[in-house]
Amino acid sequence: MLELDDVSAAYDTTPILRDVDLSVEEGEIVGVMGKNGVGKTTLLKTVMGLLEPSEGTISYDGTDVTTTSADERARAGIGYIPQGRDVFPKLTVEQNIKMGETIRSDSDETLYDQIYDYFPVLEERASQEAGTLSGGQQQMLAIGRALVSNPDLLLLDEPSEGVQPSIVDQISQDMQTINEDLGTTILFVEQNLGVIREMADRCYAMERGTVVDELGPSTIADEDAIAEYLAV
Amino acid sequence: MVNGINLALQFLDSFAFIVLAAAGLAIIFGIMGVINLAHGEFILIGAYTSTLSVTHLGIPLAVAIPIGGVVTALFGILTERVIISGAVPNYVSQRTLDRDIIEPLYDRLADSMVATFGLSLILTQGTRIAFGNSIDGLSTPFGPIEYGAFSYSTYRIVLAAVSIGLLVATYYLFTRTEFGMRARATIQDKETARAMGVDTERMYMLTFGIGSGLAGLTGALFAPVITMRPTLGDQFLVESFVAVVVGGPSVVLGTALSGGVLGAILAVFSNLYGTFIGRIALLVAALIALRFLPDGITGFIEQLRKRRQESE
Repeated sequence: MLELDDVSAAYDTTPILRDVDLSVEEGEIVGVMGKNGVGKTTLLKTVMGLLEPSEGTISYDGTDVTTTSADERARAGIGYIPQGRDVFPKLTVEQNIKMGETIRSDSDETLYDQIYDYFPVLEERASQEAGTLSGGQQQMLAIGRALVSNPDLLLLDEPSEGVQPSIVDQISQDMQTINEDLGTTILFVEQNLGVIREMADRCYAMERGTVVDELGPSTIADEDAIAEYLAV
Repeated sequence: MVNGINLALQFLDSFAFIVLAAAGLAIIFGIMGVINLAHGEFILIGAYTSTLSVTHLGIPLAVAIPIGGVVTALFGILTERVIISGAVPNYVSQRTLDRDIIEPLYDRLADSMVATFGLSLILTQGTRIAFGNSIDGLSTPFGPIEYGAFSYSTYRIVLAAVSIGLLVATYYLFTRTEFGMRARATIQDKETARAMGVDTERMYMLTFGIGSGLAGLTGALFAPVITMRPTLGDQFLVESFVAVVVGGPSVVLGTALSGGVLGAILAVFSNLYGTFIGRIALLVAALIALRFLPDGITGFIEQLRKRRQESE
């Protein structure tokens, strides 16, 4: 479904990603792990089209999307949940979710029901400004905002960051439920060992801007194998 | 009593002037991070278009005013595509040199000032070359209202009503419509808005068009009460910049509030000591306001709200 081939990317002239190869199959939950500063966020931004690769190709659903813009990729079915959630702080919760509908020509009530089903707090606080929500609630809102566009592929940037541990578990489970219920493919980056083990079917390890290893289900189960890539 | 009416009318007049002069500038600055130093010349385009439509084409003023707004909006969109976003020159250079030659001016305050200042010089001098040092103006419609020994221009009251109407319409557009929601989302977080599928380029083009249109409408509305010369935009510029800065980050509300505060100061001091002192008082008030409210009035309101939330 998603294929990155030798992708390199840079901010201005500072290279961040080097020759990244990565693929995601339909229906999978794929994790990318690595310490702070290895380029995980840049990787997701490059997939979303917020940053143009300096080299390499990105194909999505069999089409080359390397040079298309972020709004075109959103229309093609890629949803994005940025690091730190980035909800629109001055819009209400409901307006934030509505923003996720930008690419749709019609509003799908059943999707709203489903989102409110997963995250009842969003319905309770529908008319509240998003900036007043707690970290965990903002994360739920960002997920809901992405889901309402009914994406085929969901990009998720460090869901555990700044969220209470108890809520982190809930969010990991919710993401799995979403994957099963809606068939949404998920590519997420994370440095929280628990989240990776809980969510990922398969996982890539990143170091210094490039993918250094790929871990299957049996290796993910082995705590020490993962911890090696996350050790400070 | 009569003095009270005088003061009230003068306040309405100052409020209308400041709000109309500032609205277009505030929208473009607030949403795109572009300081449009050609704002005064956009007002000029509106004023000349409506005046010439009346004097040369015989179109009634009520129709000529919206024409002034529309023509300026179209000119604004052209400016956005050519100078601000660089889309047109880049389209050409992509096909001849195989690369972009212009980096968009969004959120580049100083650069956008230089570029639009250049545009402002071209427009002023271009107008002078094309139409000379002045053109025939229009007579003020409606005539005066008389009360006691005083009289007051009815048209200026109409101006005040129209400016309030425009303010309400703009507020509605930016808070109650889907376009407005997307525009505000784009201001708050451009990157995330793009990831939601918002075509931010198109958003900017339309925003610049709306802002320019408001400037043009201002020029067209004031055309019957000002002298038609190529530098007529200058008299709007000071008030509009002061109002935007004093208003602060919340575009529409900020413009309304600073229009109210500055309008009151302008009216009181002009009424007591004449127009010249009135304008000085306006600038002094702006200086004091910025010394104590560096983020403008709406920035201050926002701080108060935050503090109240934290203490809860």
